[in-house]
Amino acid sequence: MSVDERLPSDRGVLAAGRASVRAPALALALAGVSCTFVSKDDPGQRYTAVRDVSLTVGAGEFVSVVGPTGCGKSTLLNVGAGLLQPSTGTVQVFGQPLQGINRRAGYIFQTESLMPWRTALANVMAGLEFRGVAPADARAQAEGWLKRVGLGGFGDRYPHQLSGGMRKRVSLAQTLALDPDIILMDEPFSALDIQTRQLMENEVLALWAGDERRAAPGSARSPSGGASGASGGLTSRKAVLFITHDLDEAIAMSDRVVVLSAGPASRPIGEFAIDLARPRDVAEVRTAPRFIELHNAIWAVLREEVLKGYAQQLKAA
Amino acid sequence: MKHVRVWQFGLLAALLVFWHLMATPGLLPPFMFDNDHQAAFFFGEPLKVAGRIWAWFVIDADIYRHLGVTLLETLMAFAVGAALGLAGGLWLALAPTASAVLDPYIKAANSMPRIILAPIFSVWFGLGMLSKVALGVTLVFFIVFFNVYQGVKEVSPVVLANARMLDASQRQLLRHVYLPSATSWVFSSLHTSVGLAFVGAVVGEYLGSSQGVGYLILQAEGSFDINTVMAGIVVLTAFALALDALVGRIERRLMKWRPKAGETERL
Repeated sequence: MSVDERLPSDRGVLAAGRASVRAPALALALAGVSCTFVSKDDPGQRYTAVRDVSLTVGAGEFVSVVGPTGCGKSTLLNVGAGLLQPSTGTVQVFGQPLQGINRRAGYIFQTESLMPWRTALANVMAGLEFRGVAPADARAQAEGWLKRVGLGGFGDRYPHQLSGGMRKRVSLAQTLALDPDIILMDEPFSALDIQTRQLMENEVLALWAGDERRAAPGSARSPSGGASGASGGLTSRKAVLFITHDLDEAIAMSDRVVVLSAGPASRPIGEFAIDLARPRDVAEVRTAPRFIELHNAIWAVLREEVLKGYAQQLKAA
Repeated sequence: MKHVRVWQFGLLAALLVFWHLMATPGLLPPFMFDNDHQAAFFFGEPLKVAGRIWAWFVIDADIYRHLGVTLLETLMAFAVGAALGLAGGLWLALAPTASAVLDPYIKAANSMPRIILAPIFSVWFGLGMLSKVALGVTLVFFIVFFNVYQGVKEVSPVVLANARMLDASQRQLLRHVYLPSATSWVFSSLHTSVGLAFVGAVVGEYLGSSQGVGYLILQAEGSFDINTVMAGIVVLTAFALALDALVGRIERRLMKWRPKAGETERL
């Protein structure tokens, strides 16, 4: 337990380190991904957001990516979603190369993503509608999902009539209604106040874990994974790739935390397995000695990068 | 704020009284004109204008045909212009190449004083309703076109990406994301475009026609009947206001998703 789980930080070795111990099917595998943006006004100007990133998320695994601001975390997520084509490298989804939009993934955005002209219910129905589910059926499913995120009575409200936390819940219901195998989250709670945030974090964890119970009723997995089995690999729970700049949030929620270096051309420089028992309460777990241990270990790596990123920002300004 | 209506009507009444006092022969000694009938000749008399309107609507009841023609022209010009503007705006906003190629032509067509097309339309479409509709369409088209173009360009990229992640096809994106977003821009321009459709119809009639309110005004002007000209203006203004109120009502119904400031109720 006291062994530092930090893997060698050389590129490529990271990618090799995981597959042998993970679940047989990888939900999402980025290999050697680089993203270089060309300035529209001046084609000579290039900016490499991420360089040679290899990152995997096992089926049912909760992986967080932390890093200083502007290190290309969202870029990686967009690549995984199929919204952005990487300049080099490959993306595989459950063993298949990704082409176009990642149809097995749902995406929770950092900023407002609901259609403002649709009510909460119609927003949750949207994805089902797009997939051709019959309206009555879609409505029933959407109502069920709104209830599960605690917004049963708010279906007829428009997004502007809901609070920020409620809108995030609607987004969550909207994404979960399509039953994706992978959930991509881009700092989903960064705009919420701290209390709402902790509530939402716990709810997401409960939904994530609850999905497993729902999907695989007879599962023999022990409720608390303990140090040995934080990631079972046998379950049908969803894989989550969670982007955040908040280290506490990352540790409290994840099975694994990946640290990105400061941009430009950022890459993973550390990877930590989080062996805290589940189910977790994000507020309580923060006081656990193991949490603090992990926090210190990860922060030691992250701190330097945060300072580097900050220095670069100052230089640019 | 309760007294706003009172003040509004008070102001109208004061203006009418002022007009009446200044224009009616014999009420005040003439101090601007040599002859106290000249004021009435140039500015008309409110009582006679009212009488003219009364005759149009009640006694002779002969304005309905003209009014119907003008309103029909307005509605047709608006419907055709808005449909073309919507289609054109969506197309050019989503097809960057076509947009780049057509850009100077659109700028030129928009800068041109399009009222001047009226004589050409008269030659092409004759003196009937069609030439007036055509004029209205050229006025409405650009207003709607630019607003739809802007609306599509300003669709939130996050909302768009979200819809794509929810598996929307290109057609569904158009129907469920681009169109609703553009509609809100169209509605914000609707007051202007309905007004311009009306302008197109009336100006077209005024330049040459055999029916419509613009035609009535033209006839009266030909015989220096200022009272009838004024009556025509009053009727047109009233109907423009009514159209505007109708648009406002439709807008409120369709745009209820848009946030409004201060929705709390004082108890």
